[in-house]
Amino acid sequence: MANPIARPLNKRVLLMGTCLCDAFYDDTAKATVEVLEHLGLTVEFPDNQTCCGQPAFNSGDWTASRKVARHTASVFAGELPVIVPSGSCAAMNFHGNLLQFEENPDPAITSLAKRTWEVMDFIYNGLGIKTWPGKFGKPTRLAFHRSCHARGTGTGEAVRTLLASIENAEVVPFGEAEQCCGFGGTFSVTFPHISGKMGTLKLDRILDIQPDLLVGIDMSCLMHLSGLAQTQGRPVKHLHAIQVLRDTLP
Amino acid sequence: MIGNQLIDEYARNITDEKQQSVINGSAAGTEKRYQVLHKDYPDPDAIRKLAASIKDHTLHHLGEYLATAEQALVSRGVNVHFASTDEDARQTILSILRGHGVTQLTKSKSMAAEEIHLNPFLIENGVECLESDLGEFIIQLDNDEPSHIVKPIIHKNRREIAETFQREGIAADYNDDPETITRRARVYLREKYMQAQAGITGGNFVCADTGRVALVTNEGNSRFGMAPVGVHIALIGIEKIIPQEKDLAVFLNLLGRSATGQQLTVYTEFINGPKSANQPDGPEHMHVVFMDNGRTDVLASNCKEILRCIRCGACQNVCPVYRQASGHAYRSTYGGPVGAVLSPILFGSRFPELADLPKASSLCGACNEVCPVDIPIPDLLLRLRDKAHREHIHSPAAIPMSPFATLATSPSLWRTAMTMSKAMNHLPIQVAPIKPLQDWLGQRTLPDSHGGDFRKWYKGRKKG
Repeated sequence: MANPIARPLNKRVLLMGTCLCDAFYDDTAKATVEVLEHLGLTVEFPDNQTCCGQPAFNSGDWTASRKVARHTASVFAGELPVIVPSGSCAAMNFHGNLLQFEENPDPAITSLAKRTWEVMDFIYNGLGIKTWPGKFGKPTRLAFHRSCHARGTGTGEAVRTLLASIENAEVVPFGEAEQCCGFGGTFSVTFPHISGKMGTLKLDRILDIQPDLLVGIDMSCLMHLSGLAQTQGRPVKHLHAIQVLRDTLP
Repeated sequence: MIGNQLIDEYARNITDEKQQSVINGSAAGTEKRYQVLHKDYPDPDAIRKLAASIKDHTLHHLGEYLATAEQALVSRGVNVHFASTDEDARQTILSILRGHGVTQLTKSKSMAAEEIHLNPFLIENGVECLESDLGEFIIQLDNDEPSHIVKPIIHKNRREIAETFQREGIAADYNDDPETITRRARVYLREKYMQAQAGITGGNFVCADTGRVALVTNEGNSRFGMAPVGVHIALIGIEKIIPQEKDLAVFLNLLGRSATGQQLTVYTEFINGPKSANQPDGPEHMHVVFMDNGRTDVLASNCKEILRCIRCGACQNVCPVYRQASGHAYRSTYGGPVGAVLSPILFGSRFPELADLPKASSLCGACNEVCPVDIPIPDLLLRLRDKAHREHIHSPAAIPMSPFATLATSPSLWRTAMTMSKAMNHLPIQVAPIKPLQDWLGQRTLPDSHGGDFRKWYKGRKKG
């Protein structure tokens, strides 16, 4: 799943906000802008962006998803790094797209793949920031759900290290950490019972450690887990890692 | 049934008892497998990729390696047969058995034999055929189906097994102590081994250079099955060939570690052909049946990487879908991630009926992460979804994607839709007459729409 190609760095970056942040989680996209600006970068948000096309791709309708991918590649054309506050949408850009265009490679798609970074990977491995000068007001137990699309990428280590470096933060390991939250986009709609049971198992393990905060890098996983938690009467406070970085800054 | 979601129905209706057995049985050992692999291979990816490339090379030259293997086997006195279909394989084995006058045999665990439903066929044709692997023996007593590649009875608990033993007269009384269960099976099986005239096994690897067949078990049952009989038949898929004996070092090291977290399986046999003149025991006749049964179709497809599979079951143990739905939900010999790819294409005519399997995955990639031969299972699942879509096999709950594509390629329409989505906050969408939405919202809440708020914020601060 890792992007095998070295990705360029630049003081100017493009933000791919993701459709979930566009529709529900505006504060995650805001936090991405604020943290990157805090680090001295200029963040541009191309207004014509929509979605990475993953829902159609995962459904098997590659005619539809190639159309959306071409649109996305044209919106983010050029040389600048593309920063995404989602492991899943980032992986669509640098892995899924290459798969659906493997028989007819498209230079714009390949270029987008090479320039795409998940935001925490970008901060840690791209910008080389290995500690975060943040602070929680009181000792805070964090459960970090490394979402599945971050397998094989630098994101997991990036988040664990940065979170652990925050004053008063403790990243507490929980059981069966490699297990999926059960969302999977259209998967959770088509197979609601398997998905719900997967999510419940994940929640059980997370709540075992009684975290003060559940931290993720994909709002889709957090939406699924918190939506299940709410319905089950055991709500869990949750934030994207980039929000934690912003909120703990002095 | 075309385009069904039967696997979700299985997960919905599975009993709590079975569910717990599968969830616990699959999780047991995950940590151990990881540690054993990483202890001896600090960079496990390197050996996984080496194993993958050896398999890919062999599959690319499969015709040549099969011919070399055949020659080597024949030179060692082995009779080699080729079976192109399941029926060919069954008939070949039956005719070998009849040729040697065999009426009673034992059989060690073989996924290839499961695939062609060999047991019921032989029994129907008057051959007494007893499974000697403990798990498979219990499956046979219960007239059940295995639900895991290396742990066929992962879905059962010891109480159920104790009841079976009592019911079938293997034991006089009920006793669910695992050691007692094993001892009782042993007493029963030992007598059967001595009565048998033939032993059937699978084969984990066949070395093309020497024709040596490598066979692994943890119970020693294949060894027992061969010792007292005159005839040994090995039923082996054509993809089990590896080029050279020295390649066994790579595969045996990976197989035990990935399957059960053992550095090596307890029994590893290297079978060199039939009994030679100076050997005291062993079968005088050895037959190898190489079976295609759909494998060349898979080789010609865009999912050929699945033929690298060495049947370790690691992908099943970590698969969150398998763990919730159980192996039986996959409705074929192979369950879990490997089955979701292999079953629909290996049994090509069943593709429409099994097309829900490649879709029943969140594409989490846990399977690929643990696969000893680095099979990119999520990519293969996606290719099969594309195939299903191109062949117009749709699930009833599928969401039509062409309106989505239209919206996602029309930026102004998209922005309007985002802003308008806020109106949903005031609508009771949970009562909308859309079944998939109701099913989803029955278990989950949806956050309030903040459609377009980020764009508004971003524009506002640019102006300011």
